[in-house]
Amino acid sequence: MRMQFLGRATLFALAAVVGFGSWATGSARAGEEFKLLNVSYDPTRELYKEFNEVFAKYYREKTGNTVTITQSHAGSTAQANAVIQGNEADVLTLALAYDIDEVVNKTKANGKQLLPENWQSRLPKNSAPYTSTIVFLVRVGNPKNIKDWNDLTRSDVKTITPDPKTSGGARWNYLAAWAYALANNGNDDAKAREFVKQIYANVPVLDSGARGATNTFVQKGQGDVLLAWENEAYLSINDVAKGKVEIVVPSLSIRAEPTVTWVDKNVERHGTTEVAKEYLNYLYSKEGQRIAGKNYYRPSDPEVGKEFTDTLPELKLVTIDDDFGGWAKAYARHFADGAEFDQIITELHKK
Amino acid sequence: MRTAKLNREPRWLKPTLMTVALTFLAVFIFLPVYTIFHEALAAGVFAYFGYFRDPEIFSAIKLTLLTALICVPVNTFFGVLTAWCVTKFEFRGKNVLITMIEIPFAISPVIAGLLFIFLFGSFGWVGSWLIEHNLKIVFAVPGIVLATAFVTFPFVARELIPLMQELGKDDEEAAMTLGAGGLQTFFRVTLPNIKWGLLYGVILTNARAIGEFGAVAVVSGLIRGVTTTMPLYIEILYNEYMFSAAFAVASLLTLLALVTLTVKAILERFIAAQRKIKN
Repeated sequence: MRMQFLGRATLFALAAVVGFGSWATGSARAGEEFKLLNVSYDPTRELYKEFNEVFAKYYREKTGNTVTITQSHAGSTAQANAVIQGNEADVLTLALAYDIDEVVNKTKANGKQLLPENWQSRLPKNSAPYTSTIVFLVRVGNPKNIKDWNDLTRSDVKTITPDPKTSGGARWNYLAAWAYALANNGNDDAKAREFVKQIYANVPVLDSGARGATNTFVQKGQGDVLLAWENEAYLSINDVAKGKVEIVVPSLSIRAEPTVTWVDKNVERHGTTEVAKEYLNYLYSKEGQRIAGKNYYRPSDPEVGKEFTDTLPELKLVTIDDDFGGWAKAYARHFADGAEFDQIITELHKK
Repeated sequence: MRTAKLNREPRWLKPTLMTVALTFLAVFIFLPVYTIFHEALAAGVFAYFGYFRDPEIFSAIKLTLLTALICVPVNTFFGVLTAWCVTKFEFRGKNVLITMIEIPFAISPVIAGLLFIFLFGSFGWVGSWLIEHNLKIVFAVPGIVLATAFVTFPFVARELIPLMQELGKDDEEAAMTLGAGGLQTFFRVTLPNIKWGLLYGVILTNARAIGEFGAVAVVSGLIRGVTTTMPLYIEILYNEYMFSAAFAVASLLTLLALVTLTVKAILERFIAAQRKIKN
């Protein structure tokens, strides 16, 4: 009896291992069926869910091939790191070009460079098919009367923003505040620093990512104003916190350029180079641009942009390249270990 | 079964302690468990069952069950093997080995996950070779299984070693002298002696395999519908404001845990009953 049981158990275990093996290697099957892995950052889930369906349909009609796109979402920097460590993304759609640059640099140092240095010039508009910006989310009725960045330095206003050390979105928040201060103080760097420091003096908690910060503000009810991605802000007012919060658009903000690319070494290995390029190029099509607009990302195509001026009004936007000399420079100056942001936090803790 | 009133404790002590303990239990155990099911059913029973038809949720359930299905037999086999080696044979470094078995318990699950990244990631010793040969371990299903197997390894061995040490080698030696072979001795003599302890270890392995979060989160890459287990997917759903769906998956995970606990409780009664018969 027992031997019989053992025999059956062995058979079962064998079947499990064999079944599992065929499942694990299934992805290598060749033919007219493609699989794409899109490694993205937190807030793009709704955008790509919609876009993937539309693209799969378009691709089937155009080529007769089927494509299945799987998604992965987490903090932008964490996602870049996973790709560096071996998560085989076919396309990367991250919060900022700096994170993709890191993939280039870290894998180059390892002798297994995944994509070329000039990746950003391979697609139109600096590889940013849609842009976004930072706006304010306040409690409904705006009880603290918050209108612009200078209101955030008031001692009675508590600001919620994530940690720029771990969150891509948080870096945009920080730089937008800095840009506003520069513009209103005749480009005086010292005054801008003091301004930003005053804002962070009133930040009760630094979450690690944009979603976490939104949850702190919306679900846990902390703070008076949330610095948020425009699309995250709309998600809050339309869905989770309907009637509880409202959007305030400041006089000046920063143009955030989430960038996209295919990962050369991975698509070559998977045989998905053509479909990956097609996928990203389709983001620039009228249809792709409209899906971006519908999900509250600013279309880079000005004509499509005009269709969305109700929800995405024009405002003065500074850019990372023109006003901060590019990401590498901005990162070294503000966010590297021991740089400006670390110093500001240390000074605030000493008080 | 009335106990004689020999103790001199004041009359109020027992009810007070009972109330404190029960209140604590209610607040820290019953209330959270109730909340899970309450929130899960917040959008109605119909919606509740609808969540499980979502392909990504369904594949998360499948992956969790597959992981347990592989890890439990494998760890049972190697757990018994290890316990057997440690208790039936004498060799140098035995105590070191016993300590080593506990390493997966001693280190944080995050470290367990990172360990596999360092080994099998593109910077790893074996990882670069594997990737060149199109074999994916981390950021794929094998990594999830490996990480889970690692953190759940000690349960069976840890349960068996003290038990088998207590039992000694006499029964086996007697069987051998009577002409039984190795396998026969194991299945006829050892296994009946250790079966309850073994089952208990298996149940604990299963509980942890189903619920593991930390180690799996590190190696997952969070590829939806591919490398997201139930615990990982609960967090994803929660972060995406789909609270009812998150709690629905959580309730299923809780149910699995409750079933496991019930089986465990029944087993414990059996073990106690068996001991009584023996004595």
